[in-house]
Formats: sequence, structure tokens, C-alpha cells
Amino acid sequence: MVNIIWVALFVIGLVFAGINGTMDQVNEAIFSGAAEAVTICIGLISVLTFWLGLMRIAEKAGLLRGLSKLLQPIAKRLFPDIPKGHPAMGYILSNMSANMFGLGNAATPMGIKAMEELKRLNGNRDEASRSMITLLAINTASITLIPTTVISIRIQYDSVAPTEIVATTIMATTISTVGAILIDRYFYYRRIRKKRA
Amino acid sequence: MGWITTISIWIIPTIIAFVLISGTVKRVPTYETFVEGAKEGVKMSFSIIPYLVGMLVAITVFRASGAMEYFISLLRPFLQMIGIPADIVPLALIRPLSGTGALGMTTDLISTHGPDSFIGRLASTMQGSTDTTFYVLTVYFGAVGIRKMGDALKVGLLADLIGVIASIIIVTIIFM
Repeated sequence: MVNIIWVALFVIGLVFAGINGTMDQVNEAIFSGAAEAVTICIGLISVLTFWLGLMRIAEKAGLLRGLSKLLQPIAKRLFPDIPKGHPAMGYILSNMSANMFGLGNAATPMGIKAMEELKRLNGNRDEASRSMITLLAINTASITLIPTTVISIRIQYDSVAPTEIVATTIMATTISTVGAILIDRYFYYRRIRKKRA
Repeated sequence: MGWITTISIWIIPTIIAFVLISGTVKRVPTYETFVEGAKEGVKMSFSIIPYLVGMLVAITVFRASGAMEYFISLLRPFLQMIGIPADIVPLALIRPLSGTGALGMTTDLISTHGPDSFIGRLASTMQGSTDTTFYVLTVYFGAVGIRKMGDALKVGLLADLIGVIASIIIVTIIFM
């Protein structure tokens, strides 16, 4: 899908340039676009390096585990299918906590581990279970506390207040997560109704 | 809505202080641990380069040719009716498909409109408000061999839509 969009952006752009007589600008854009991308990534090093370093301390200090404990009562309600004390719950909680801290790289392996356990709970079928869909919904909506990458991009373009979008992001991500959970529930009850009918 | 901006400014320093103090209390070798984790940040920044170069070149070509302007002008009257800024539409469309693609689009919007413009703030908020649905779906279900996804894709995409709408409403209320 991404492949098609990527090629389409180029092909449509190039055809358009031919018709529009903007081939000059397009030639320039090829090199300026590449140069800009590299500049951005170099700029990202500063913030990402600092933040991932700090988050490693948070992890070692047990803050991730602390957050997991805090989330447990919520998670129990979100995943009523998981038996008490099952390892799947532990992975799910670590996955949610890592996502909140913006540790995408730590969240993914935890999420995959959780999926493995959930598959086992579901009798190793190749069908997505209720809990699997819920876990996926939470991950695609992903509660983020600090949008590190965006902040560093804003710094590079000389924002007066690069962090002013933190609160709006938290609000938007909270709403989309709550939305994801509600939609997930809606589809779950719809499936059950269909089965009965 | 000044207090929301104040919270935004305080939240990062507060987290930093909290993490450092908890680390010290728990006797974590803070500095060494920091360096260890920070190395990963360096690696990560470099690993983004190829993705961002690919996407940004494609987007800049698309924009420089005049194609972007043309498509946006087609959509504008319709979107204006429901209160959606047309410039944000390409970002909203690519967000669920590709994280780095969206990052490229956000960068492009911030550089074109300025980070402190309405579009710049909206793009920043939208970028952070959801994750890449298709990526999560492929990686999580792919890794454990789930073939029948059930309602997962629908749920993810609808959540993305909610994220976009929520971002527009929130940014409008707070910064206008």
C-alpha cells in the first residue's frame, strides 16, 4: 500500500510537471527534498538521544513497572477474557506503559509477546480473538505522553514554543484511545449478536 | 486557554526531574544508564534517514510540480463546508499507512506553514495522536501468524479518524 502511494506521488508529480511546465522546480525539489530529510534526521539525534537515555533510567528505576501496576485495574476491565495471573496480562501492561513513555522500540516486542500468549489462550487458531483486537486497537491509537520527534522538528523550524503541542497531543491521543476502545466494544457486541441470530 | 500552554511547558521538565530523582533513590547508576540508552537514540535517528529521504523527495516533487495544490484546490470547497483545513488532508490520509511517510508530511507542513501556524500546530498534534495502524497490524499479527484479522482493521481505521477529528477540534479550541 505504501509502495503504491510512494510511486504515485512521484509519477503524478512528474506527469503534472510535464503538463504544467514546472520541470525546473521538480528538478530542484529532488535534491532539496533529500537534503532536507537528512538535515531533519541529524537534528533528531539531539532530542532522541537525550530522551531514550532518560527513559532507560526510568526503566531501570522501575517506573515502567510502577506504571504497569497503576494500569492494572483498567487493563482487567479491558481484557475480561484473560485469566487472572496469566502472563499475557503482564506483557500487555508493559506494552501499554512503554507506549506511554514513547518507547516504541520497547513496546513492539512486548506487544508481540502478548499476542503470542493470547494466541495460545485462543487454542493456537489463526483467527484474531477478542483480546487480540482490543490490544491492537489500543496500540493503533497509542496513548503518547511526550511526542519527542514532533517537538524536535518544531525546534528545527524555529518554533517560539516547541512544546506547546504536548497538551493538545495528550488530549487528542486520549480521545482517540477511548474512541478505539468504544469502537472495539461495539464491534465485539455486534459479533455476539450476529452469532446468536 | 493559557493554562494548557503552561502545562505543556512544565510537563517535560517535571518528568525529567521525577525520573532522575527516582533513579537516584533506587540506586540506579544514572549517568551510565543514560549513556547506554542514549546510544540507542543515535542509532534510531540514523535508521530513520532512508525512510525520510524517500518520502520527503516524493512529497517535495509532488508539491513542486503543482499537483498537490491542484488536488487540494479540488477538495477545498467541500472540506471548508465541514470545517477541515484542506492542507491537512494528505497527512490525515497517509497517517494510518506509514509512520515515516506521515513524519515526512508533518515536516513538510511545518516547514511550509511555520511551526507556530494553525496548520503547523494541527500537523504536530495529529502526528502524535495516533500510531500507524497498518504497521501495528502487520507487525503484531504477522509475528504470531494471525490470518483472520476480524474487525481489527476497521477498529484501527475508525480510531484514526477519531484522532484526526479530535485533533482539529482541540487545536481549534485551544489556539484560536
